[in-house]
Order: sequence, then structure tokens, then C-alpha cells
Amino acid sequence: MNIIEIKNLEFEYKEYDEAGEVESTNPVLKGIDLTVPKGQFLAVLGHNGCGKSTLAKHLNGILNATSGTVLVNGMDASDEERLFDIRQTVGMVFQNPDNQLVATVVEEDVAFALENLGVPTEEIRRRVDEALKVVDMYDYREHSPHQLSGGQKQRVAIAGVLAMKPECIVLDEPTAMLDPKGRAEVMKTIKLLNEQGVTIILITHYMDEACQADRVIVMDDGVIIMDDVPKKIFARVDELKAVSLDVPQVTELMYRLRKDGIDVPADVITEEECAEVLLALPRGSTKFTKKPAPPESAEKHDYAAEVKELTYKYSVGTPFESTAVDNVSVSIEKGQFVGVIGHTGSGKSTLIQHLNGLLKPTSGKIFINGRDVWDKDTDIRSVRFMAGLVFQYSEYQLFEDTVYKDIAFGPKNMGLSEAEIDARVREAAAAMGLDEELLERSPFDLSGGQKRRAALAGVIAMKPEILILDEPAAGLDPKGRDTVLDEISEYHKNSGTTILLVSHSMEDIVKYAEKILVMNRGRLFCYEDTDTVFSRTRELQQIGLGIPQISRLSHLLKAGGMDIGADIYTIDRAEERILEILKTNA
Amino acid sequence: MLNDITIGQFFPGQSVIHRMDSRFKIVLEILIVVILFVAQNFWGLGITCAFILMIYAASGISFRLILKSLKPVLPIIIFTAVLNLLFVKEPGADPLLSFWVINIYAKGLVTSAFMLLRIVFLIIAMSLLTYTTSPIVLTDAIESLMKPLKKIKFPVHELAMMMTIALRFIPTLIEETNKIMMAQKARGAAMDTGGLIKRAKAMVPILIPLFISAFKRANELATAMECRCYRGGEGRTKLRVLKATKLDFYGTGLTLCVLGIVIINNIVFG
Repeated sequence: MNIIEIKNLEFEYKEYDEAGEVESTNPVLKGIDLTVPKGQFLAVLGHNGCGKSTLAKHLNGILNATSGTVLVNGMDASDEERLFDIRQTVGMVFQNPDNQLVATVVEEDVAFALENLGVPTEEIRRRVDEALKVVDMYDYREHSPHQLSGGQKQRVAIAGVLAMKPECIVLDEPTAMLDPKGRAEVMKTIKLLNEQGVTIILITHYMDEACQADRVIVMDDGVIIMDDVPKKIFARVDELKAVSLDVPQVTELMYRLRKDGIDVPADVITEEECAEVLLALPRGSTKFTKKPAPPESAEKHDYAAEVKELTYKYSVGTPFESTAVDNVSVSIEKGQFVGVIGHTGSGKSTLIQHLNGLLKPTSGKIFINGRDVWDKDTDIRSVRFMAGLVFQYSEYQLFEDTVYKDIAFGPKNMGLSEAEIDARVREAAAAMGLDEELLERSPFDLSGGQKRRAALAGVIAMKPEILILDEPAAGLDPKGRDTVLDEISEYHKNSGTTILLVSHSMEDIVKYAEKILVMNRGRLFCYEDTDTVFSRTRELQQIGLGIPQISRLSHLLKAGGMDIGADIYTIDRAEERILEILKTNA
Repeated sequence: MLNDITIGQFFPGQSVIHRMDSRFKIVLEILIVVILFVAQNFWGLGITCAFILMIYAASGISFRLILKSLKPVLPIIIFTAVLNLLFVKEPGADPLLSFWVINIYAKGLVTSAFMLLRIVFLIIAMSLLTYTTSPIVLTDAIESLMKPLKKIKFPVHELAMMMTIALRFIPTLIEETNKIMMAQKARGAAMDTGGLIKRAKAMVPILIPLFISAFKRANELATAMECRCYRGGEGRTKLRVLKATKLDFYGTGLTLCVLGIVIINNIVFG
């Protein structure tokens, strides 16, 4: 029995001119055929703009097809008469947890759909309690949404849909704005619902989430280009890369080993399978040869930023007083690319906001380029120009009517000459890969990734000595993420600017960072070069940080008698060492 | 600076006042305000004030909070008192105090004290409602009380929905404003220096992103509401139903008694 049957679905957005005539049509879906059997867990992949969200909105009559049909349990999704039956059958959860909660109390929000449907009060109470228990939020039923974490809010949103007892739930990038903990909570809930028989359609950019599905479809330019089980989909590495998608790290490793002439299967997606395959291969030795570490250079460092015994407390003198940063001392060398990692609430955001003088220490001192930030002779704005800070979701700070003017906002505040401002704007835009012709466009006409890069350019144009980036890639698709991070890395190499990259994603950090600063519960856990930090992966896991899949693989291999070293965090290094071990005697 | 704003001033509790039906609370609140104005002499006013204090005692709200509720309106209270003190004239009587153009009469002193007491207790009584009723319940009550207006096509449900959504999004938007302010400050925006016009201009980089984001949120929220079968107030049921209990009738009886006493007092003592 199929819950969803889509036949030759086409959809186009029409743009109207002032006279109400159709000015242009923009086809988004170009002939989709898809059937989803009841109880399936389907993942939908595709880069931003491929039409996957538009497809989702057809499943419960939010959008109506230009041509073709969408059947939900045999009902035509565009049938106005049955609209509410359809919306009860197919529930929908969106990306931003804040923008889908209506009420000021959790349980009232969960009740919202049932109140709309006119369900009797006692029945509402029963179903609300039941839904909250399924998503494990029953204890928070009387909280107000703004007191909850992102993951908790998203689970409330799921409960709100679940209360309608839908047969199918469509989730449009539900984890894109969450931290790793929130993501794990939401994925656990989704899997649980699927086990209880609810059909799940999950749109996502995270390959590890897609791996957990029964079936994956890949969309590109308004059509479905691949449709198979996850293992078979991810084995097609070249095709996925061609449509700007990622594969799991171990799949990538298998792909490369095959290219190196090693006979391994292509359809491997979990580290367990991968370890099994690798350990079964005949190997020449059990251990890689350790290259001698380069001698410690004794040269004296100049520091871009020095933090001395920094403590910061929120709401001092009230019952809500809490210590966000507790006695942290750290010195960041000039020209370093530093990754800053720590879970939500570890104090990393508080720490970086001190580096450009947005927060004033409760005690301790901050030096930028040797200057005491809070010395009475220091102009705090000059500190902000020296230490440029780019916030999370930085595109929200764009406000001017052209990209050019927006990038010029910072330099203008510095009081630079027109000629200098012009030079800096063009330089910064080029550094972030924005074409000249984009400069005269409105920032709100750009794509998500471009907006993000325009916002980054706005800070880079101030030519700060230190550039601090808070989650610069959050919420972007794999291609957008790689573009932003590559541009930043390139800028670092060309300008020698000290960079602090704050991220939840260890994969992103290790690709670029030379040193890693780990924060845990308001304290400095460690500040070491990447290799040293990764020799302590067990400790990182203990404090709740995720480590890259490839590192987890190295642990499994070691346990199985194949030691490729503890300092494995990139596919390159893993590939090199595995080849060495396999080929020693061959 | 924006963190200090608290929405509503609800203090959760289980007292009799907390447990009363919020519709009754609103109506009785209005009745108490009426009594305060009906009272014509110190006896009547005294009884009403004692009644209000008694309700406070029953609600378990601390005395400190009563004073806190007066703080924002203190200038108005002082202004009214001074005005009465200076401008109430008593023809034929000698002023108590007299210098330059200012004459203070005994009657002015009495009127001033009377007005002072009346305004102070008016505000105290009003804040009692918000202290003991959560904003969401208050919204429900207002919707319920305004139901008759539906007959004349007044959008009662829509209004209540708007209030709920506003309450829901105030903390979110405050947080967002803070974030945008920080981001623009990091780009060197100077927000707390310069003259009025310069400061107003400095708000542009904050307001534009805030508006854009608010519209985006509104758009997404509307879709999410549609997905959950929202179709206006028609045929809607409620998770929380307001129900009148004995408590509410006792409360009404008591308030009416006070009204009666004050009226009799007016008649007897003039």
C-alpha cells in the first residue's frame, strides 16, 4: 500500500508584473514520479534550490501542482474539500524551530492542531500528553518555548504534528539549525516514530542522517536523478559530487582505495563495515612507520591575542548569576588558523565575544596585539576593527540596498577615505569569491551561500588582524559550506590573518585548522596542535564532542590489529597509512 | 539592556486568587476600580483599600512587588498630588501656607491625600491581575469576554490569536535584536554616541535586518499554521477551558458587599 503517489508532477513559480500579467515563469519541478510505501523511511538529498522543499510542500496541499497529480492515501492533494484530511495525514516539520511554534506554552502549542480540528477537550488532553511523551518532552509541558534548546523546540514541533496522528511526517531539514546534541535527539525521535509505523520523509544535507534511511532519492534541477537504498546511492561517489553532494567519509575512503588499485567494495557507509572490510585484507604489517616529528622550533612567537585569567559571569548579583567562562588563559600566535570547539554552553561564544571587546571581563585581562583591550586609553571601537567578529547566520546583519554599500559599512565606520573604501570593498568581495557584478545587486537577491559570503566580506573589508568566525558554514548545503570554508582558508593563506574558526563540526575544523582550542564547561580543556588534540580523542568523546567518522574508523582498526595511528582526522592521512600497511610486503 | 524586559509580570502560584477564573478576575478588577471612584470620603476609600490589601494577602504576592509596580508610575502620582495640593482653593478660609503666588489650603491637603491614595491603590489593584494571571490565560479570558462582539463582526478570535503570537515572539525578537546589535557593533557601528538624529540613523542597520527577519518568520509561521489545519476561529475547541467555580461566586459576592458598604457610607456621611 502506498501512502504517496506522485505522477509527472510539474510546478512553476510565476512572477507577475505590475499589470498582473505573467512576466516570467520559473519551473522548479520538472516531472517528478515518486511512490512512497507506508512505513518507509525516505531521505531526500539535493543541493539548495534543487526543488526538494517545493516537492515537500505539494505533499499536503500547501502548494498545488501546475500539472500532474499528487495522491495522498488515494486523495488528490489539491482537492480543497479534503484539504484538512490530507493535512492530518501528512504532517510537516520545518527547519527553523522558532518559526513554527505558535503558543507560549509547550502543551498549548502541541494542542494547536487539535484545537483547529475541533477535537473535544478531553481527547485533546489525552493526545497532547501522549505526543509529548513520545518525543520525550512531557516534563517540559508547562515551559515556554523560549526557555528550550533548539533540539527541544524541534521535538515540540514534531509533537505538535504527531498529535494529529499523521500517517506520514515530512521533515524539511529539521536538524540544519541544531547543535550535535540537538541533532542526535531529533534523529532518535524520528527513528522511533518510524519504528512505530509512521512514514518518514526526511529532507537533509547531512549524509550520516540519510544513511539511516531505508531509501534515498537524490534531486537535481527539479527531477529525481537517483533512487535506491543508501548503500547503493553513496557508492556512486562521482555522480553525487557532480551534483554538489557529499558522501560519508568511509565511503570516500573506499572510493579512493579502489582508485589506488585495492579491491574493496564501493558500497560501504558505516565505519563498522569499513573496518571489517579493511581488516579482512591481507596486510604486510600491523603498524604504520611513524615519521619523526619535526623539531620544535624555538623561535619566539608574537601573539595576536592573549587572554589572561579571564572570568565572565552573567547576571552578577541576581539569583541567575552563572559563570560562562572560568579562569581561562590562552595565547593565540600570530598568523595561526585556530579551530575553536566545544558543545553549546561550553563558553566558546562568550570567550570570542571578549576578543573584540563586545563583552567586558568580570575579571582578567585581554590583550589584542599586545594592547590591553579595557585599558582606559584604549578606544574600544579600534579594538573591534582589529579583531573582526562574524556572527552565526551572519547574513541577518545585511541591511544596505546594494552588496557594495553593505560591505563598505565597516570601512566607513573606520573613517577611511573614499578611495581606500572602494579598494577594500572590491578586494574583500574578490577574496570571498563574489563577482563584481554582484556588488550592485541587492543583498537580498543573492543565494544563501552568497549572502553569507557578502556578510563575511563586510568584516574582511575592515582588514582585521584577527578574524573570528562563529559557525560560518552553519545551515548551508555541502557545496555552500565547502565554498565558504575554502575561501576563508585561501584568505588566511594570502593575507596571513590570524583566524579563529568556531564550529560544532569537527570535520570542518580539522580540514583547515593548525591548532585546536577546546572549551568545556566554561574552562579551557586544551589548546594544542591538531595532531596532539587527536591523540586524545577518547577524552574529547567523554566531554561530549563528536569526532570525525574517519577517526572512529581508526579506533576500530586498531582494536582489530591494524594500527594507523591515533592522529587520524583526514581521509588523506588515513588513505596514505592504510596503503602503506597494505603494501609493505606486497 | 534589552534583557531586563519581562513580559507580563506573572508570578505562578496556587493561592485562591491564582485559582480564580480569569474572566471573573477581569470583571471584578473593573468593579474594584469602580468602587475606588465611587468612594467619596476617607471611610469608604479606607474600606476599599483594606479590601485590596486583603486580596494581596490572600494571593501570597510579596509586599516588595507592590512597591515595584508603583515605581514606573511614580512621577504621575507625585504630579497629581502636587497639582491638587497647589490648585485646590478654599474660598473664605485662610491658607495653611502662603508664599509668592502659592497658597496651600487645608482642603487642598486633604484632596491631595485622597487622590494620592486613590491612584496608588488603583495601580496596586491593576497589577494584582497581571501578577496572578498568566498572559495566555488572560488572552483566553479576553477572548471569552469579548465573544458577544462577534455578533457585530468584530474579529475576536483573530485579535486573541494576534496577542498570543505577539507574546510568543517577543522573547525571540528581543534575542534577535541583541544579536543584530552585536553584529553591527562588531562592524564598528556607534549606537550610543552622537546627537538625536545621528542615533536615529544608527538604528537603521538594526531595524532593517530585524524587519526582514520578522517578515520571514511571519511567512514561515503562517505556513506552519496552515500545515496544522488552522482555519480561523470557526469550530475551534480548547485544551484549557475556563470554568467558573464556587470560589468565583464567593469573590463576586464579597466585592459586591464592599460596593454596597461604600455606597451606604456615601449616603450616610455624604
